[in-house]
Amino acid sequence: MWKFIVRRLFVTFPQIVLLSIIIFILAQMMPGDALTGLIDPNIDPAAIEQQRERLGLNNPWYVQYADWVKGAVQGDLGQSFRYKMPVTELIEQRMINTFWLSLLTLIFTYVMAIPLGIISGRWNDTWLDRAITGYTYIGFAAPLFITALLMVWIFGFHFGWFPTGGSVAPGLTPGTFEYFMSKLQHLLLPAFSMAVITTVSTVQYLRSEIIDTKQKDFIITARAKGAPESRVYNRHIFRNSLLPIAAFFGYEISGLIGGSVFIETIFAFPGMGKLFLDSVLLRDFSVVSSVVLIFGIAAILGALLSDIILSIVDPRIRIK
Amino acid sequence: MSNKLLEIKNLTTSFRIGDDYYAAVDDVTLTLNKNEVLGIVGESGSGKSALAFSIMRLHNRAKIEGSVLLNNQDIVNMPTTNLNKLRGDDMAMIFQDPLTALNPLMEIGEQIGETLLLHNPRMTQKQRKLRVIELLNLVGIPRPEYVFEQFPHELSGGMRQRVVIAIAIANDPELLIADEPTTALDVTIQAQILDLIRKLKNEMNAGIILITHDLGVVAEMADRVAVMYAGQIVEIAEVHTLFENPLHPYTKSLLNSVPTEGQDKLHVIQGIVPSLKNLPRKGCRFAARIPWIDASAHEENPVLHEVELGHFVRCTCHAHFYFSDESKEDEKNGIS
Amino acid sequence: MAFLEVKDLQVYFPIKGGFFNRTVGHIKAVDGVSFSLEQGKTYGLVGESGSGKSTTGRAIIGLENVTSGQVLFEGKDITSMKSKTKDLRKDIQMIFQDPYSSLNPKKRVLDIIAEPLRNFENHSKQEEKKQVQDLLELVGLSPESIFKYPHQFSGGQRQRIGVARALALKPKLIIADEPVSALDVSVQAQVLNFMREIQDQLNLTYLLISHDLGIIKHMCDHIGIMYKGRYVEEGTKDEIFTNPHHIYSKRLVAAIPDINPRMREKQYRYRQEVQEEYNQSYNDYFDQEGLAYSLQSISDTHKVALPKRG
Repeated sequence: MWKFIVRRLFVTFPQIVLLSIIIFILAQMMPGDALTGLIDPNIDPAAIEQQRERLGLNNPWYVQYADWVKGAVQGDLGQSFRYKMPVTELIEQRMINTFWLSLLTLIFTYVMAIPLGIISGRWNDTWLDRAITGYTYIGFAAPLFITALLMVWIFGFHFGWFPTGGSVAPGLTPGTFEYFMSKLQHLLLPAFSMAVITTVSTVQYLRSEIIDTKQKDFIITARAKGAPESRVYNRHIFRNSLLPIAAFFGYEISGLIGGSVFIETIFAFPGMGKLFLDSVLLRDFSVVSSVVLIFGIAAILGALLSDIILSIVDPRIRIK
Repeated sequence: MSNKLLEIKNLTTSFRIGDDYYAAVDDVTLTLNKNEVLGIVGESGSGKSALAFSIMRLHNRAKIEGSVLLNNQDIVNMPTTNLNKLRGDDMAMIFQDPLTALNPLMEIGEQIGETLLLHNPRMTQKQRKLRVIELLNLVGIPRPEYVFEQFPHELSGGMRQRVVIAIAIANDPELLIADEPTTALDVTIQAQILDLIRKLKNEMNAGIILITHDLGVVAEMADRVAVMYAGQIVEIAEVHTLFENPLHPYTKSLLNSVPTEGQDKLHVIQGIVPSLKNLPRKGCRFAARIPWIDASAHEENPVLHEVELGHFVRCTCHAHFYFSDESKEDEKNGIS
Repeated sequence: MAFLEVKDLQVYFPIKGGFFNRTVGHIKAVDGVSFSLEQGKTYGLVGESGSGKSTTGRAIIGLENVTSGQVLFEGKDITSMKSKTKDLRKDIQMIFQDPYSSLNPKKRVLDIIAEPLRNFENHSKQEEKKQVQDLLELVGLSPESIFKYPHQFSGGQRQRIGVARALALKPKLIIADEPVSALDVSVQAQVLNFMREIQDQLNLTYLLISHDLGIIKHMCDHIGIMYKGRYVEEGTKDEIFTNPHHIYSKRLVAAIPDINPRMREKQYRYRQEVQEEYNQSYNDYFDQEGLAYSLQSISDTHKVALPKRG
């Protein structure tokens, strides 16, 4: 199994390098560069040219790329011309926010998906199952941003139960209990809104896995052993059906990234997704490329995580 | 004390298709004695596997009528909790396909141990492991301690079938049902598995129902043979009688269609096996496949007749049956 | 000149492994197989799963890449993909194992059988229909069924459609890979009878690949037995069945259940004897890797894999 994981890591590394090259090239193709937004148009073009030379902007692309990578590895992702601060600093707090939002979304997703999937799969074609599958169809059909807007309107404005923006109420000291509760309260509604949608694919996946496993021959073997239905389900059907779900976990991360862009914008939540959209609109390219890089790395690591989980739980993939 | 182990009376198993029920097993009556091998032969669609599944009530959605008495306890109407006490303990089954009959994500030891755990709750984990290793030895698996921790995909087909057998015999069942136990295996492996079943039978004194489409396997293994066609038993006899003096037209035809020495042409049965939905509900079910036999030869409601001691044949048509030479010609046009 | 001659055929499949998925070894699916077919006869290739019998058949018709060796058809080398002219491909056809999955369920019988015709010959719709109807009649199906779909036929009938498709281009050689193993005994009889009939009518040559010795015995004139990619024995039907020399052949023949229940004890004892002999003389018949030696002739037609003497 270790061999498999190491080999898998060997694939991951070039993936990340390739991703960074693509992002770098795309950033280069964007109009303007690091200086364009920073300087007063009245400065003498010769001085600008001198400055460019000094900053290495006239070097061939691979030298610039090497410089960029060197910086990125050391935590220097350049300057945001819009916020006039280092990108790293800008991203740090937002990354933490997005991390908690994603984690809570994942928890909600599984807390909802696993029981719903199990109920739906075990008692398939009953009215309960129809209700659950009905919900999944609506979830598939309804775009995330519409659901989120509805949530904001109903629970935020109409009932006023949850805040509709920000990540924490102003004026609280970090570290206090009130601060923590306020953070949590700001997270609940966006995380739930997102989970309501992301959960449907997991529910459907789990349901079809269970229905599929129910018809396998080894289930008959288990019954022929004299196993009562509860054991047949717990030991054979659920155990085998949850496996692919576990492996799906890593891929959920990519889904969360896409979702966070909408959710954070709608809830005015200061996270990576919102930062991404804002920077695109403001043409703050050094921020955009850094955010895309981080998203990309997260997705690649998610896929890696999936494969590792699968290799641990599924003996057929385990390599001795 | 009676030697009778299993008594099946008028067993009918029907499946619902659309709004109607169709009988896959139709009015089957059988007995099986201790230490006896009863072969059940038939082609696909004959209901032989449906019969096996009915005996252990393994069908998911089926209507079962009649009675199945194992040591005088009626399985058909038994509450599930009682049934679960019998399954895997007093009666067990060997399945056809060892590739799919084992849980791919469970260690071999755990899968065999599960049967022990379910029926011997007082056994300690250590005792269980010892018994599993003993069973693996018994079915001829080399290095049992090692195999104990392996997963099904790490074993060959023949080894997996041995594991399936080990699961079945774990609690020394009195009734062992083997549903095409060697169909998925190579011939040399088949020979080994059949030898193993024979050896186990002698050691355990169990009654065995051996279901197969392979007449050679039956000839080698069975004491008595029942031939099934379209859900019904058409002939049942002691093995030598059946092979030397077959009476039912279907039995005769089947025996003639097996390639043997010195035959130029094999016998072909006209037409096709009717599907469950198209079974004739009245009259002789085989009549459509021997159209040159006069309709008056058949019974209106064919029943099993005891023609000699222990030799039963369905319908009176057997007395009038002869092989037709034109069967080939008719068959060309007889596309349904 | 032999009709079909296979010379020292090798088909290796690479095993990928190690850190960078390099080729770390080979599975020798077919490892130096030679035999020849006589026109109008049936040659049986027997073996258990993993023996390489199917791969051999597929390599002859060009469905597998040949690692080394030669396949000569009527004296012409058809081994490499390039030299395989259209005409030669017409002459060799294949019948597959599973009549349920080898026919496209969405196509009508007319289109299934006409497909090879369309690939090789230009016919008007009318001619094509006529030809397909003739073929259906030849395989014993009603010519009216050209507009039916595969699911409207029984297993045996479907296998006949597969045969009709194979016959469409009037081949000289048919490679039949387990043609009846998915069928019931009575249906099997139907297909086997019919294969023999058209063999006489059309002077066909068969390469029949099967694990079922009963069928091989019934159908074949010459038989080759394969084990782990190599030949262990080759001979006429009588030589193989009444006088098997190689311990593996003996074991295979002994494993066939006898259809006469009175032979039960005898067969059982024979099998036991063979097993004992197998255990004792294993090292005389197989090399260190458990593979068979190369074939030595023991009569004009009978060859057995034995270690070189001396």
